[in-house]
Amino acid sequence: MSLVQSAPETTQPAAAPRATLLAWPEFNKPAVWLVAVILLIMPFIASGFFLIEIFATTLILGTIALSLMFLAGYGGMVSLMQLTIAGFAAYMVAVFGMSANTNISLGWPWWLATPMALVLATIFGTLGGTLAVRTEGIYTIMITLAIGAAFYYFTNQNWAIFGGHTGINTIATPKFWGVDWRADVPYYYVTLGVAAFCYFAVQYVSRAPFGLALQGVRDNPRRMAALGFNVNAHRVAAYAFASFIAALGGVLQVWNYRQISPGSVSVGACIDILIIAVVGGITRPIGPYIGAFIFVILRTFALDLLVKLGLDGNRFRLLIGLGFLAIVFWSSDGVIGLWERWRRRATTPDKRAVGGHGHG
Amino acid sequence: MTRFIERHPAWALIALVAVALLLWLILAVWPPGLEEAIGRKRVFLNAVLNGITLGSLYFLVASGFTLIFGLMRNVNLAHGSLYLFGGYIGYAISAWTGSWILGFIIAFIAVALVGIALQIIVFRRMEGEDLRQTMVTIGLSIVFADLMLWAFGGDFYQIQTPSWLVGPIELPLVTAVKSSGEAVYLRYPLVRLVIFVAAVVIGIVMWLALNRTRVGMMVRAGVDDRDMLAATGVPIQLVFVAVFALGAGLAGIAGVVGGTFQSLSPGEDTRFLLASLVVVIVGGMGSIPGAALGAVIIGLAEQLGSVYIPTYAIVVTFLIMVLVLALRPQGLLARR
Repeated sequence: MSLVQSAPETTQPAAAPRATLLAWPEFNKPAVWLVAVILLIMPFIASGFFLIEIFATTLILGTIALSLMFLAGYGGMVSLMQLTIAGFAAYMVAVFGMSANTNISLGWPWWLATPMALVLATIFGTLGGTLAVRTEGIYTIMITLAIGAAFYYFTNQNWAIFGGHTGINTIATPKFWGVDWRADVPYYYVTLGVAAFCYFAVQYVSRAPFGLALQGVRDNPRRMAALGFNVNAHRVAAYAFASFIAALGGVLQVWNYRQISPGSVSVGACIDILIIAVVGGITRPIGPYIGAFIFVILRTFALDLLVKLGLDGNRFRLLIGLGFLAIVFWSSDGVIGLWERWRRRATTPDKRAVGGHGHG
Repeated sequence: MTRFIERHPAWALIALVAVALLLWLILAVWPPGLEEAIGRKRVFLNAVLNGITLGSLYFLVASGFTLIFGLMRNVNLAHGSLYLFGGYIGYAISAWTGSWILGFIIAFIAVALVGIALQIIVFRRMEGEDLRQTMVTIGLSIVFADLMLWAFGGDFYQIQTPSWLVGPIELPLVTAVKSSGEAVYLRYPLVRLVIFVAAVVIGIVMWLALNRTRVGMMVRAGVDDRDMLAATGVPIQLVFVAVFALGAGLAGIAGVVGGTFQSLSPGEDTRFLLASLVVVIVGGMGSIPGAALGAVIIGLAEQLGSVYIPTYAIVVTFLIMVLVLALRPQGLLARR
């Protein structure tokens, strides 16, 4: 608690090096410090199951959804292929690295295979983005969904590279400096580090000139074009950045499960990422992580809860679907939007709270 | 047509050569060298006919999708669920009454009612908010998929083909010539041909209804400018409901067709959603002739691809989509 108490003191701008840190509004809120501390000491609180199945999974799914949030929130492009890019990176880790499918895997060490996978997945996502930006708005959803679905059916059909519908199993994970990085605690810190990196990268880019120009493109592409900005180049660059984040998520995911199969890149999984981002809220980078946490909690415990209520435990997806519908109906900005509206209502009870309209 | 030839002589020539080549491949007796290079003519003809009949099924699904999009700007990602729902209804009815035709009628009515309910209860409330409507259709597709899994389980269902349509018929297409000089004709399942003819009839009726009737005029005007149409006093909400009902009903019929010559199972909804997406992206959003052209192209590509390059068949479909997006982003037959 002492950390929380001391946090407001740091809001006083003092030394010059501190000022750069304080340019980030996140560091001025005590709640942020509290969450950071809880996340850092999580391995001492939670058991292995919770650490990996709940928190690491949340961070991975949140990171993939973050890439969608970046595109949708700042670029106005709802891309359903972010999970496909992550899955592509995962497949590339399996293909270039080591796995039980020796006829497919090339057996490169992890420090070579992982950058290769990241680069290839970023190229893949950028090419997909180049296709998607040829059309606008609502069409983007359709084209990216078509790309995602095509990739799913392709991995199912292709045995030479993607191992058909059984996929690739027992993928090697990195071990160096005497640490097995797939052991629960080190792996948790790796995911936390990557997620934090992605979160702050998105925060940074959203305030950098590029991010501001991108938001301008989202709000009024014609005016931006008239001002001399290359609209399509900004969009493609946004896809490239988002693809890299999604690829990082994909690499973490394949290290977590140690296997990859078409089921992981199915259309349903692509849509899950959209659900996570939308339920959390697509206007701020924290949204996807909140959404991912809700999603993972529901996925893990819905079965027990439903059975306890005397219902069929297999109706988890029904619950997810109804929850998603409810969020889309009542809040255009997910859980964050609901919370903010509630807070605004609590602070100014006389004025009617106005929710945001249309977020694309 | 003539304007197209005048404006793009090179493309017209390429299309003409491609059609001529296809016709020659279908009609001529193949020289032995060709048979050695790419296999038996019977295989090729079967793939072409399968592609065209599959295309007719895609057309039934995609025409409803494109109609709904064209008028209401609503990307109905629950369209695949409507397809599967229609298929299950058709299966239940035809298994219960033994009548295939009745299965079609009830499936059309039931799915059209679902469409009407969706339009009145859900989409009317969020008119003009494209993205939110699309999100809602995604949520609905998840809910529908799970409800149908609940009701029908994960089994495969196949709708019984009626006895008067069972079995192949001989087509006047020569597949090979025996050494005795006798020609061998192609035998092909009758039910697929009937479905193809039915799809063509439905397509023509739809085209006539859109281009020759008063309601069709309203729909076309709505596609061009929804607000101006409403301002002229047309009961636009009624037109919306009617179009949504028709589009959904077509998906229902397509479900029965798909259940007859393929099978019904969870996951088929996504497959046909993808098919309709690709078909309308290739053919052009909101255009019925575009849906027909796209459906035939995608059906042929899928079937020929799965015969000649089995592990990369889906890539062919995908490449066609990429090519169309690169050269003509609005789709082959869309007006813009």
